[in-house]
Amino acid sequence: MVEKTPKLNFLTALTLTLAIGCIGFPIYYAFVAATLPLDQVNLSPMPLFPGHDLLANLTRAWTKAKLGDLLINSFIVASLITVGKIVISILSAFAMTYFDFRGRTLAFWLIFFTLMLPVEVRILPTYEVMADVLSPLDSLFRLLGFEIRLGVSLLDTYTGLTLPLMASATATFLFRQFFLTIPDELQEAATLDGATPMQFFRQIVLPLSRTNIAALIVITFVYGWNQFLWPLLMTTQKTMKVAVVGVQELIPTSDQAPEWNVAMAGALIVMIPPILVVLAMQRHFVKGLIENEK
Amino acid sequence: MLKRAHFKSKSLPYLLIAPQMLITLLFFYWPAVEALKQAFHLTDPFGITSLFVGLENFTALFESPEYRDSIGRTFLFSTLVCLLSLASGLILAVCTNRLSAGSKRRNTVQTLLLWPYAIAPAIAGVLWLFIFHPSYGAVGHFLNSKLDLGWNPILEGSHAMALVVIAAAWKQISYNFVFFLGGLQGISKSLLEAASLDGAGPIRRFFKIVLPLLSPTLFFLVSMNLVYAFFDTFGVIHVTTHGGPGGATSVLVYKAYAEGFIGQDLGSSAAQSAILMILTIAMMAVQFRVIEKRVQYGAK
Repeated sequence: MVEKTPKLNFLTALTLTLAIGCIGFPIYYAFVAATLPLDQVNLSPMPLFPGHDLLANLTRAWTKAKLGDLLINSFIVASLITVGKIVISILSAFAMTYFDFRGRTLAFWLIFFTLMLPVEVRILPTYEVMADVLSPLDSLFRLLGFEIRLGVSLLDTYTGLTLPLMASATATFLFRQFFLTIPDELQEAATLDGATPMQFFRQIVLPLSRTNIAALIVITFVYGWNQFLWPLLMTTQKTMKVAVVGVQELIPTSDQAPEWNVAMAGALIVMIPPILVVLAMQRHFVKGLIENEK
Repeated sequence: MLKRAHFKSKSLPYLLIAPQMLITLLFFYWPAVEALKQAFHLTDPFGITSLFVGLENFTALFESPEYRDSIGRTFLFSTLVCLLSLASGLILAVCTNRLSAGSKRRNTVQTLLLWPYAIAPAIAGVLWLFIFHPSYGAVGHFLNSKLDLGWNPILEGSHAMALVVIAAAWKQISYNFVFFLGGLQGISKSLLEAASLDGAGPIRRFFKIVLPLLSPTLFFLVSMNLVYAFFDTFGVIHVTTHGGPGGATSVLVYKAYAEGFIGQDLGSSAAQSAILMILTIAMMAVQFRVIEKRVQYGAK
């Protein structure tokens, strides 16, 4: 900075140290609890230094909540959402910026308005659509005078868990914004060389979008992994649950042994994958997050 | 906006945009229209008979003291979460921005302040539930044994509210931190140097230059944080308090869920959804104006 400010520098260091402590404390505390045996975790106050039972608690959480199955489901769901969202968004952004077609403006606004309709706002009707996904067709048939019920349910399926979360206004607009900065000359040169639109997309647009795609992978994976309400509604069978929802079962209720060490071990297992993804791709992600929401 | 150089193809663009449109129409617009329809109907729990009742579902809601309480609680909860996470995020970003750019220390600090972003709201709820547990948690125990506050979020409504506010705000600090830091990096150094030559101290510089230049970021974050506090905090509440004790933490979204799925009151839940939609649209309209302003400022 401009002048020497020793007092302010000290204050800065102090604030940051305290803040890192406060931000990190819940995670550290969970970690310590996950390393303690049951009798120690229930001491008041609980020791603040790790014990030796980490592995035992992790194993117990793993078997008690069947975390193996749940983590596989979470991986499948988060990956499907990530891939689906990126593919769907980049294609529709490409269509909206590189083609002139009827209904282009309408499509833009239809996508834009989805920002205002998060799942949480339309919980029940969306659930009903999922339970009977072809009901719009039924209504159409009814209008035409047929009484047909197709009755296809997407509850307890990966399709139901992921498909509705794949359409995203923010990702589409991120790509759209970026495409608008690609020089027109590239497209003109490609056309002169006789490239088809899809060749242009594959050989020019896709490689140029690498950084945006990387950022979206982090943001969307974390988003997909951390979904709570949607999988809670979509799954009735235990085998289809995702990890973030399943970990709830480990929270001790008043009539159970207070196995907080096991609950914390479970929480650690479930939060590690998204933390790793964010830390590993930190630079892309910070850049992408800011650009994405602009 | 369309690019000046574009392709001429009749069917390809429709093919490209079809997946997005199909999902949007089927999973966004169809349910939204259904919600509006149901909001004006009285439906039995099995969905067999349905009767048009006009605004009855809405008037019933606004006449119910629980719903009015829930509105008040939602605003209290959202305001507290926003204030807490925005203020912390801003302070941390300002402090981090004082460390020299690109230095190892700065990168480490940034990493250590980032991780709550990766943690699910529901998991954040589990962590804080434990820390604030009246008999087993570190902070809960401290509040009771050292400060003798009679802390018990399981029975005491205001304590439960404090718990969910802290858990929800903690999770959001990283997000705000990243944006504020981005905004601070965009402020030109020469401007600050000029002010300092004119005799403005660091605190004066912050209030007279940094804060006004950050205002677009701030406005943007306020609306993003409101949306977060309204909707994404469902997981925190579901895991820690289930809306209790006695409805003390039952915010609007939680109520719509509880009444629709547990209470099976379809009409009321749909009316609640409709009210939430109107609220979101209002928030987004405000945000849209702010974004327009950002463009006019020309500041990034």
